[in-house]
Amino acid sequence: MSNLRELYQEMIIDHGRHPRNFGVLADANLSKDGFNPLCGDKITLYVREDNHVIEKIQFEGSGCAISMASASLLSETLKGKTRAEAETIFAAFHQMVTEGLTEAAEATLGKLAVLGGVSEFPARVKCATLAWHTFNAALAHDTNPVCTE
Amino acid sequence: MISSHKSNLSLDTIRAEFPLLQQLSHGKPLVYLDSSVTSQKPRCVIEATHQYYSEQNANIHRGVYELSARATDLFEQTRVTMRAFINAQHAHEIIFTSGATASINLVAHSYGRANFKAGDEVIVSTMEHHSNIVPWQMLRDQCGIVLRVIPITDAGEIDLDAYKNLFNEKTKFVAITHASNALGTINPIKEMARIAHQHGAKILVDGAQAFPHLPVDVQDLDCDFYVLSAHKAYGPTGVGVLYGKSELLNAMPPYQGGGDMIESVSFEKTTYNKLPAKFEAGTPNIAGVIVFNEALKFLQALGMNHIAAHEQTLLSYATQQLANIPGLRIIGTAKEKVGVISFVLDDVHPHDIGTVLDSEGIAVRAGHHCAMPVMTRFNVPATVRASFGVYSTQADVDALIAGLLTVKRLFA
Repeated sequence: MSNLRELYQEMIIDHGRHPRNFGVLADANLSKDGFNPLCGDKITLYVREDNHVIEKIQFEGSGCAISMASASLLSETLKGKTRAEAETIFAAFHQMVTEGLTEAAEATLGKLAVLGGVSEFPARVKCATLAWHTFNAALAHDTNPVCTE
Repeated sequence: MISSHKSNLSLDTIRAEFPLLQQLSHGKPLVYLDSSVTSQKPRCVIEATHQYYSEQNANIHRGVYELSARATDLFEQTRVTMRAFINAQHAHEIIFTSGATASINLVAHSYGRANFKAGDEVIVSTMEHHSNIVPWQMLRDQCGIVLRVIPITDAGEIDLDAYKNLFNEKTKFVAITHASNALGTINPIKEMARIAHQHGAKILVDGAQAFPHLPVDVQDLDCDFYVLSAHKAYGPTGVGVLYGKSELLNAMPPYQGGGDMIESVSFEKTTYNKLPAKFEAGTPNIAGVIVFNEALKFLQALGMNHIAAHEQTLLSYATQQLANIPGLRIIGTAKEKVGVISFVLDDVHPHDIGTVLDSEGIAVRAGHHCAMPVMTRFNVPATVRASFGVYSTQADVDALIAGLLTVKRLFA
């Protein structure tokens, strides 16, 4: 139960149920679909990027609390960041959900640290990273659909 | 908590035959409610596997030596048991494959390519597993056949009137599940086969979810093909069966070429072996087929009628208990069901429910169950599914209910 509480912290349940920045972004200049075929989670991510700065992110989709909360927190965290900053945050995030949260990474991750409990649940890493892989693909202008399998 | 069952199964005795069920999961007794995805294996199957590789391993239909002859005999004994089990007319109507999926692909490619032409129609249903949709779509893309889909009702039952209306002079084939893996619905196969035959169409029945849970008589059903997987019936993975009426199988071209399926080979001409070898190219899963016989004998000893009664008792108990949980909605409320219950709970996503239940030692399936059209039909992204086997108990159901109350507390 303690691991579960760690995984499903209030902020995650809140963001999962009431995701921020949810909906189509009309003036997006990048967008991308992501899909987790194993569990059916899907997401469309919209990004407004100007001069290598992420001005705004919105998303639509459906999925579990972890995938929706992760997308919601991504949209909040990466707003106003440069591409380089986003890459650093993604690297720290990926390390956190696979290996666990380190003190060194806490400053970089901020609010995202609430997803640290995912590292105890290997089956849920794909849920937590779907939005992030989709974001990366959007920025890379990758034409292939994002698929976590 | 556990009331006495009407059937003559001694649950404790049965459970004692499944070593895996004795273990803990996350420090709690394992509650295995995922038998639809694969069943656990009784000791007789596990020990026979060990015995095969320790004492009996040899290739079949090949050696002149005693060891090979013995392995061949054991392999063929499973075919004989299987024939009786589903009441096929002949043992050579039993073809061993790698699973129900392979069996359907065999029929789609062998029977389909030989008999269907562009514009011919194949009927499937909304509740099919992907394995009874995709092979027909692949054939559609190759041969230009048309797929027609039987709608299902809000209860998750076949709309029989709509089914009848799908037939026309181009209808060649019906591919339908005996029991739905996502909804539990048992389909009226005998009636559906009669209707198909009235229109001159053949019918394939996917028995993967039915065969381990109720008596199956392929002659009484009058189906042309019946497919199943051993691993859902307490046997090993990698073994399946295709039953086909012998006149159909005889007329069908081979699916795969290779050893064992030939009579003679020269570079000018090859003649094919008779049934069942014609469809069993290459060295099969010999160990798997041989130990599957143990699983079949295990089921025979319990009696399929008793198994069905036991699982029906659990199904109605679980249905009642689940209905008491506020916010819980059962998906699939057909009158005739196998021991499968799909449900959603409030707005909590099934994967989150699955994770919470797992932490309580409860194994359920959460997802689309390889039946995405069913999810679309009921407008849910996924469901949680609990499914029963011979070893399932009311205590398992009680643990599930307690786990779901934990979910509700956590996501309140």
